[in-house]
Amino acid sequence: MSKIVFLVPLLPLLGFLINGLGRKSLSKQVTAVIGSGVILGSFLLSGYLFSLVPAGNGVVKLFDFIAVNTFNISFSFQVDQLSVLFLLIITGIGFLIHVYSAAYMKEETADHYARYFAYLNLFVFSMLLLVMGSNYVIMFIGWEGVGLCSYLLIGYWFKNANYNYAAKKAFIMNRIGDLGFLLAVFWILYKLGTVEYNEVFAGVASLSKTDIVSITLLLFVGAMGKSAQIPLYTWLPDAMAGPTPVSALIHAATMVTAGIYMIARSNILYTMAPSTQTVVAIVGLATAIFAASIALKQNDIKKVLAYSTVSQLGYMFLGLGVGAYTGAVFHVITHAFFKALLFLGAGSVIHAMHHEQDIRKMGNLRKYMPVTHITFLLACLAIAGIPPFSGFFSKDEILAAAFAHSPIYYLIGVGGALMTAFYMFRLYTLTFLGSFRGTHEQEHHLHESPSAMTIPLIVLAILSVLGGFIGIPEAFAANSHWLEHYLSPIFASSTALVEPHHLSRSQEYIMMGVVTAIIIAIILFAVNTFKKGIGDTEEAKGIGKLLENKWYIDELYDAVIVNPLNSFGGFLKNVIEKSGIDGVVNGVGKLVAYGSRQLRLVQSGQVANYLLIMILSMVIFFIIWFNDLHIMRFINKLF
Amino acid sequence: MPIQYYIYFCLTLFSIGIIGVLTRRNAIIVFMCIELMLNAVNLLLVAFSKMHHGAALAANPASTAGIDGQLFVFFIMVVAAAEVSVGLAIIVMMYRNTHSVDINFLNRLKN
Repeated sequence: MSKIVFLVPLLPLLGFLINGLGRKSLSKQVTAVIGSGVILGSFLLSGYLFSLVPAGNGVVKLFDFIAVNTFNISFSFQVDQLSVLFLLIITGIGFLIHVYSAAYMKEETADHYARYFAYLNLFVFSMLLLVMGSNYVIMFIGWEGVGLCSYLLIGYWFKNANYNYAAKKAFIMNRIGDLGFLLAVFWILYKLGTVEYNEVFAGVASLSKTDIVSITLLLFVGAMGKSAQIPLYTWLPDAMAGPTPVSALIHAATMVTAGIYMIARSNILYTMAPSTQTVVAIVGLATAIFAASIALKQNDIKKVLAYSTVSQLGYMFLGLGVGAYTGAVFHVITHAFFKALLFLGAGSVIHAMHHEQDIRKMGNLRKYMPVTHITFLLACLAIAGIPPFSGFFSKDEILAAAFAHSPIYYLIGVGGALMTAFYMFRLYTLTFLGSFRGTHEQEHHLHESPSAMTIPLIVLAILSVLGGFIGIPEAFAANSHWLEHYLSPIFASSTALVEPHHLSRSQEYIMMGVVTAIIIAIILFAVNTFKKGIGDTEEAKGIGKLLENKWYIDELYDAVIVNPLNSFGGFLKNVIEKSGIDGVVNGVGKLVAYGSRQLRLVQSGQVANYLLIMILSMVIFFIIWFNDLHIMRFINKLF
Repeated sequence: MPIQYYIYFCLTLFSIGIIGVLTRRNAIIVFMCIELMLNAVNLLLVAFSKMHHGAALAANPASTAGIDGQLFVFFIMVVAAAEVSVGLAIIVMMYRNTHSVDINFLNRLKN
């Protein structure tokens, strides 16, 4: 195993180098083949590693990364149950997205096409580094890498100033989180002298309560930034500026799952800090319903999906917060399937509509795009939580764990799930049902996407439908939850500390039944309501307006943080810089010029003057140098 | 003779030199006044040297203390001689150029 592990991240890096450096000379076909091929290679290797995992102990050391005296951080990879699952998701879905992109980005010129694939490969490389690293420092490299790549990809169409603004926003929001993560790493390093996962988790008992709570909170701040939780979530909806496959990659397979992965990896720290867990759960829950409420009123197909992503991430954090680590990872997996499918489906729609993203101008697309329609419907059913689609199992697991923790969590969580069903089917109905509301020209051009785009959709649809069966609840059959057994070594120390609650079977059956029934009712209601489409002229009032404007959070941030910072910057620039620093520098220059002009007058050219100055200076020097008591006394004696 | 007499005498000579340098405009006189100052210093050096050496000899007949003052005088005389030759050459050149040895005409280097 140790011989091939390094190839998994190396292949995308090579792809990045080849495509990035050869972007002027490679043709589009070559670029696409290299870009996708390296990811496929990584995927196959990951599959091989997956088959090996239970055997090895996991840590593969490549070389010393930082070695100072006795302090040593090695560049090593940890391949265990958790990371190999993430490897499969990242490379598998990443590969599908690469294939899809090859068709989706066809209109770009060859060098921009190669730039796109280079960024995409670098993104996958960073994400692989993040999940494979065996210590927090390697994770941090990947952590920063995905932040950088998200910036590059969101701002891919860099000629549009708004897109650049969105890219900057994503980067800065991520930086805020990264600071927390970095502080946590330093804290761990200071207290334990190591950042290796195995050593940190073994030495965690020696930490004080305050240390653990602070470290976990700081790590969670990092996760907030990367995984778009309140209050750092606003970058994610704006990140829709990037090409649609990029949105799929960022929001489904990579990047936003980094925070979940990190907390799942550090599960023992969180289990030992119940107060942090409460914070995580509450933030997750708040994000889940908050983002879902915003998604109810959005009219941009990608914005709806973006808020849905934020909301689903909230569920994952809820799972982490109530100690359902397996449930959270499970939801990451199923969410990766159906959210990638939704984004790619949306991309297919946008492709057919010639970059029209407003769902009010769509409708009846099922007639023109049967494959996209069916796969999108399956994804909607999966995210809404209809059994037996994948979303049902994972969401149910999280909600059940939330119920065991506190029924209030459960009720709020179910509220969010109902909203999810509503906005997803609002989106679905407006896009695919009813009658077409766009222009005649658009209608004339409507077409199903090429097979390079539909095949990934079909594969993802199959996964979205069947993906849930890796974690069938124990309520249905004993030992049926494959994922829980598979991941149990990772969460062993946590489960040993806090035994996860299990609901009784009848309780669980009732909850599932009731929630599913309500969800189906809501779906039918949504389909009925929006079949006729919605007018784009009517002005929303009251709470609807609030939701349409995303609770005015962006405006709030502008008013509270951005504008004061801007005016402070302006004050520094105009006052401190111009009259303060420039004044001092220019003043020194002026003083020297003035002084030398005055000093020049001394040079009169009169020899007598010079002599006088000479003699006066001699006298002065004499007085200065011989001004000691002995000589003065002698001189006094003379006169 | 008490050392004070030498000091008074040398001070007088030196002051005459300074006053001459500051007040006279004839380059040769300025020059002579510089020589006067140098020689005032020489004389003082010799006087002090003699005084210290005499005192040291009384204590120890083999002592050489104080004679370095006289050594210094020789150096000053050598330097003064060299300086005189250069200085006089400058004055000669000056006279050739301006037909005058008035130092107030020596301001051509200004500007």
